[in-house]
Amino acid sequence: MKNVQKAIERHLNILEFTLASLLRRKAKNLSLLAMYLLVVFMLASLQFFVTALKREAAIILDDAPDMVVQRLMAGRQDLVPGSYASEIALIKGVTAVRPRLWGYYYDALNGANYTIMASDDPTAVAERASIGSGIARSRNLAVGDLLPLISYDKNPIMLEIGTIFPSGSDLIAADLIMITPEDFHKLFNFPSGQATDLAVTVHNPKELPTVAAKVASQLPDSRPILKSEIMRTYQSIFDWRGGMTLVILTTSLLSFIIFAWDKATGLSAEERKEIGILKSIGWETSDVLLLKLWEGTVISLTAFLLGVVLAYWHVFFLSAPLFAQALKGWSVIYPRFQLIPVVDAYQLTILFFLTVVPYTTATVIPCWRAATIDPDAAMRY
Amino acid sequence: MIELSRITKSFNSGKPNQFTAVDNVSLVINPAQITVFKGPSGSGKTSLLTMIGCMARPTSGRIFLRGVAAAVPFQQEGAESVEITSLPERFLNEIRRSTFGFIFQQFNLVKGISSLENVMLPAYPTGEGRALFRARALNLMEQFSISRLAGQQVELLSGGELQRVAIARALINNPAIIVADEPTAHLDSKLSQEFMEIAGRLKGEGKSVLIASHDPIVFDSPLVDSLIEMRDGAVDASRGRR
Ligand SMILES: Nc1ncnc2c1ncn2[C@@H]1O[C@H](COP(=O)(O)OP(=O)(O)OP(=O)(O)O)[C@@H](O)[C@H]1O
Ligand SMILES: [Mg+2]
Repeated sequence: MKNVQKAIERHLNILEFTLASLLRRKAKNLSLLAMYLLVVFMLASLQFFVTALKREAAIILDDAPDMVVQRLMAGRQDLVPGSYASEIALIKGVTAVRPRLWGYYYDALNGANYTIMASDDPTAVAERASIGSGIARSRNLAVGDLLPLISYDKNPIMLEIGTIFPSGSDLIAADLIMITPEDFHKLFNFPSGQATDLAVTVHNPKELPTVAAKVASQLPDSRPILKSEIMRTYQSIFDWRGGMTLVILTTSLLSFIIFAWDKATGLSAEERKEIGILKSIGWETSDVLLLKLWEGTVISLTAFLLGVVLAYWHVFFLSAPLFAQALKGWSVIYPRFQLIPVVDAYQLTILFFLTVVPYTTATVIPCWRAATIDPDAAMRY
Repeated sequence: MIELSRITKSFNSGKPNQFTAVDNVSLVINPAQITVFKGPSGSGKTSLLTMIGCMARPTSGRIFLRGVAAAVPFQQEGAESVEITSLPERFLNEIRRSTFGFIFQQFNLVKGISSLENVMLPAYPTGEGRALFRARALNLMEQFSISRLAGQQVELLSGGELQRVAIARALINNPAIIVADEPTAHLDSKLSQEFMEIAGRLKGEGKSVLIASHDPIVFDSPLVDSLIEMRDGAVDASRGRR
């Protein structure tokens, strides 16, 4: 018990001296810390960002139908005639075909793009809309208020707000306006008997590729898209983008390690002498190494923790402004961005080992030789 | 009491540049006395002190510490005595920390930290509570009238102040033996005198003080109990004084 307490006191005392010691070389240590912090911040930001995006994508795709059938005309997406739906419904294994009506609406008032969708719900009431929390917020709307939309012929259509989707439920819902199919037709002059695309449900997911092949051969101008394909595409986009940035950041991390190594290995005569003094007044080699270990740990751990916290704030509170460029590419998929915080403990651990461990080692190793000098050396300074 | 028995220290043993710095020295150093090692440069004074102070091991011979064994966590060869040359590194360090306080010619203070930190430095790895040795350090600084300088960085201190910080540091772990190698080499005669007064005070408190010096202010001081003259690594018995 007494020994444990002594050991703890020894650590505390040496840690205390470490802090006093670090403060002496304020400029050197602060610049090191700042650089270190920047590297951790960038790496952690990227990590949070990509992880969060992947999860958003997974959430969105979760609700998506297994297969969507579009129709192409001259290489562009065109409306799908109702006859396609009945034809696909006859294919073996298909349980349901649901024509979907949806599109985009540009709101000149605040320059935003909304997703407008016709509801399947037979109880939906005409001239009443369910809207996403994002729209409610930006247009300052509450249930019962009126939302005017401008139809294709520039006539206003007044919609009463029936429901507001709970915020944070998912990304898309925030910008979604759900109305009856009749209102949808009225708003866009959308031809009846047609659909934007078809959502196809298949009894056995294993048959999806077979069904898709049959659709493609029976309706040559159709384009069946499988959810699994979309997922793969997203995944590879994220991995590719993440990978590119990762290469750049790894390079900067490496140069940082070299820099730190250089700083740490270039043990100054001053520091060498100091170690000699400590040895001469009764410090053991292990005490000196403990001091250096604390020195490395204090700097790298501070940088790591601060960097991760700042990255969290940057990505999840500020919506990653530093990655705005990369975001532009994604904004086709996601009109608006508010990432839901998600932390991947495994990746953070890797980041920890990539930063804290090498730096601390780089601090301790060069002191090893200096720390093993004989204590009497200080007698001859 | 410290007893040296046939102590020899050779550097570069077995090589053509082999050099014997201390040659077959046997002597007894009494407790609570001031013992001064005098001799020309290169006569082996520093080498001898480093061996007594558990900083270096002799090539051959044995060193016994008597009456200080209480500070050591084990006993050897009957009570109250410990033979240090055969001890493992760990115990040597332990003895060095608890039994010896060192004062160096260049003072060897650590720059950039306060005098108080410097005084406390030898106590950090002992595992003693910080509050305890901090109080002791402040008390020592008060004794040497340097309380005022506790927060001051050591670069800004004068020679005499540096010396007193160095002495306070040597005393922080309350050692029984003070080892000082050329402590007055960088001091003027007034400060050298003052150093001897402090040495006398420490002797009065029951501490043994070992000094290597070729400063007449030191070896001619009436406070010195025992003067050991060294020449070419050996004790020159004819010139010593009791
Ligand atoms: N590590 C070493 N390797 C080789 N020779 C050494 C070593 N340390 C000391 N010596 C030699 O041992 C001899 C005694 O040195 P020491 O420092 O003990 O003398 P000293 O009496 O303290 O001299 P001074 O009065 O100049 O301090 C010197 O000739 C010195 O060159
Ligand atoms: Mg000497």
